Amino acid sequence: MTPELSASTTSVSSMTTPSPSVWAHWRSFDKRYLAPMLITCILAAGQLSFGFLESYSRTALAILIALVIEVVVGRIFWGQWPNLASAYVSGISVGILVRSPAFWPYAVCSALSIISKYVLRVKGRHLWNPSNFGICVMLVLAPDVVASLSIQWGNYLLPMIIVWILGSFIIWQVKRFHICATYVVSFLLLAYVRSWITGHPFLAEVAPITGPMYQLFIFFMITDPKTTVQTTWGQCAVVCLVALVEMILRLHESVYAPLYALFLVGPTANLIEIWWHSRQPATASAPYPI
Amino acid sequence: MNRRILGVMLGILFVGLMATPVVLNRVSARHTPIAVDAPRDAVMARYGFCFQEVAKAAGIEFTHQVPNLDPQLAPIMPMVASMGAAVSIVDVDRDGWQDIYVANSGEGSRNRLYRNRGDGSFEDVAAAMGGADVNQVGTGVSMGAVWGDYDNDGYEDLFLYKWGRPELFRNEQGRRLVRVTADAGLPSWINANTAIWLDYDRDGRLDLFIGGYYAEHVNLWKLETTRIMPDSFEYAKNGGRKYLLRNRGDGRFEDVTEKLGITSRRWALAATAADLRGTGYPDLFIANDYGVSELYFNDGGVRFREVGKQSGVGFAPKSGMNAAVGDVFNQGQFSIYVTNISEEGILLQGNNLWVPKAGTSGEHLQYENLAREMGVELGGWSFGAQFGDLNNDGSLDLFLTNGFVSADRDKSYWYDFSKIAGGNTTIISDAQNWPPMEGRSLSGFQQKRVWINDGTGQFFDVAQAVGITDTSDGRAVALADLWNRGALDAVVVNQQGPLLLYKNTVVPDHAWIAFDLEGRDSNRSAIGAQVRLFWNGHEQVQEVSGGSGYGAQNQRRVHFGLGKEAHIEKAVIRWPSGKVQMLTAPQIGQIHQVKEPA
Repeated sequence: MTPELSASTTSVSSMTTPSPSVWAHWRSFDKRYLAPMLITCILAAGQLSFGFLESYSRTALAILIALVIEVVVGRIFWGQWPNLASAYVSGISVGILVRSPAFWPYAVCSALSIISKYVLRVKGRHLWNPSNFGICVMLVLAPDVVASLSIQWGNYLLPMIIVWILGSFIIWQVKRFHICATYVVSFLLLAYVRSWITGHPFLAEVAPITGPMYQLFIFFMITDPKTTVQTTWGQCAVVCLVALVEMILRLHESVYAPLYALFLVGPTANLIEIWWHSRQPATASAPYPI
Repeated sequence: MNRRILGVMLGILFVGLMATPVVLNRVSARHTPIAVDAPRDAVMARYGFCFQEVAKAAGIEFTHQVPNLDPQLAPIMPMVASMGAAVSIVDVDRDGWQDIYVANSGEGSRNRLYRNRGDGSFEDVAAAMGGADVNQVGTGVSMGAVWGDYDNDGYEDLFLYKWGRPELFRNEQGRRLVRVTADAGLPSWINANTAIWLDYDRDGRLDLFIGGYYAEHVNLWKLETTRIMPDSFEYAKNGGRKYLLRNRGDGRFEDVTEKLGITSRRWALAATAADLRGTGYPDLFIANDYGVSELYFNDGGVRFREVGKQSGVGFAPKSGMNAAVGDVFNQGQFSIYVTNISEEGILLQGNNLWVPKAGTSGEHLQYENLAREMGVELGGWSFGAQFGDLNNDGSLDLFLTNGFVSADRDKSYWYDFSKIAGGNTTIISDAQNWPPMEGRSLSGFQQKRVWINDGTGQFFDVAQAVGITDTSDGRAVALADLWNRGALDAVVVNQQGPLLLYKNTVVPDHAWIAFDLEGRDSNRSAIGAQVRLFWNGHEQVQEVSGGSGYGAQNQRRVHFGLGKEAHIEKAVIRWPSGKVQMLTAPQIGQIHQVKEPA
């Protein structure tokens, strides 16, 4: 869940010729910082209104570990100080989504998330969304101390609406709204299919997407520019596939179906795209952002 | 160093991090208790006590029955009708032997009052005395009972809380239980899962607190709507109201709930009262399902002030199902144990052991959760728990029941539960939207825990080794010295399962002392009286309770384990009236009958 919103989404002209208008100021804003701002707002609102964090200290630990590792590893490997927006979002995501009574899972999950970006790479491109990778690994390897049930924000509509509006606006700004919309539509359609197959109430199948974990999943995880394919139609196809795999996992009663679905589909799609590009000399050498 | 070497090192670190959970799991697995099938002598030598299940041999054969609620709830009936197995200890006839009252929850089922014959056997006298036939169709079913001498005649009276019409029975000389509900001023219908006796204003008369679960306007047998479920899994506020009923002294109770500042509509499952700040007035702790716990400071008996967030206990919402207090560090202060839900890989709320923060007291009292550090965090889908010195070593131990719905062993409802629990309030609050259970289990077949306290703040689970091996769906547990031998026995009731009577045997070199208190200016049950015992450089405080745990009430008698070579300096009794009485070097190995001085 690391929306390292790249500089390519920012209008260069507006940055170089700032307009006095508010809109111009907005357009000149480095949109890499939108995601950290949004997730910080979500964290603050959730904590102040509901107190949804396991504890301040655990979340702080997750963020701190993510930042430190990003700085150290980034500096050593690339010889420059990395932009910390991505690591910050990864750390905060771990701090929100991991639920554990112990401290160490927060540190280990954050560390795994960040290091996975540097270790699990193919042709200079990392495959997994970092926090998606870290959380899935922890859920599989440490189920006795780690969980991530999506109930810790309260189940009321108002905070959801605020998150949806704010999130949609920001995602629209960075031109990735089509990914979110495609996923939501796919989920709803497949919820109907699941309801038809299982005989369970349709609203029971829809229920998860009305929960807060999905807001993070939709706005941050599946839209991560670094770990999604590059074409618009490809991005839509991939999230359709994520929703489909999620449905299959749900039919097998996997509690963390969306996380696992992205864990499986995301890297596979990336690998296919990397392979596809490698067959085309003109694009094969194009550098992928870190 | 070149980048290739750095890359290899990073890879090694990555693999090491991946292996961390596995390694930690193996390390923690090394701290296993003694084998389940170890010889009894070995268990006694190592832990100092051992249980033996003797219900049948003692003449008790009881299986809890569950209600059959409105057919609209049929798809999720096992989950809705999942409570009601409750037990309370009382010496109903003042013969010096502790008796057992058990709630039943099937329509038409009978509650039981097992009178202790004093010879190791029990007889059911509920029907003969009048406290059995309390679950008639149309009146609701029992969820629990608490005993307290509300009329100060020397005999403990019975308050029965139900999903339905609550009942009050006056105990007439230990021979009859006379129903006095009609004139008592009780609410006509509640869906309550907890009630306790307390003398909140210290006027010498026992008052009553009742905690509602489902809203009181809901008749679970005749639903007008299926929108009766919690409106949030962790922040629900559409539960039953609370009742604080002041005893007027004329057989009637007056509703002072709102007047005294209690307006919560959270889903209460357990409550207990104790003087947590040394003011002399009992404070009130409520463990709520689907939300945060609530702590009410009692301001001089004229106001209850909710201080959950301020004190630290009302911050993280969980699924509170138990409230019990105990002086776990022998430092003269109460810690509070709240049980929650822990299911591996799905939901790890962890139980809470709220320990007073060092340096905080009185108005500024704060708590921190040390359940993990002290080893009492993960039990399962936990329900009732009680503190008691099970091996008489001088430190309070903890007995915990677990397990929610045991049905098909191979099929779990957890996936569907998690699906709906994360949903929006309009979805989760309507029972019609909940997927059917279809015979599946939900945290079923779980073991109970017996955590022994090593005296340094560490607890170790020895349940299997000391003979607590059943895996029925545990609900209430009550501790009492049923054989007057100076050992705390455990009565466990399981939902839709058997009552289990665990007789305790303690090594003889661990000393003990107990106090049976009787108030004079204070309420005669002495509920709220504190006994502070000083021995061998230790200090432990206990308080006579009008209900604690989940659906349970321990014996009113306070029992202290003392360990080896004990020398008691003194016992200081602070009565609810405010009087302080000191007993110098009371005799060890005795049950002391103490009356409040004039």
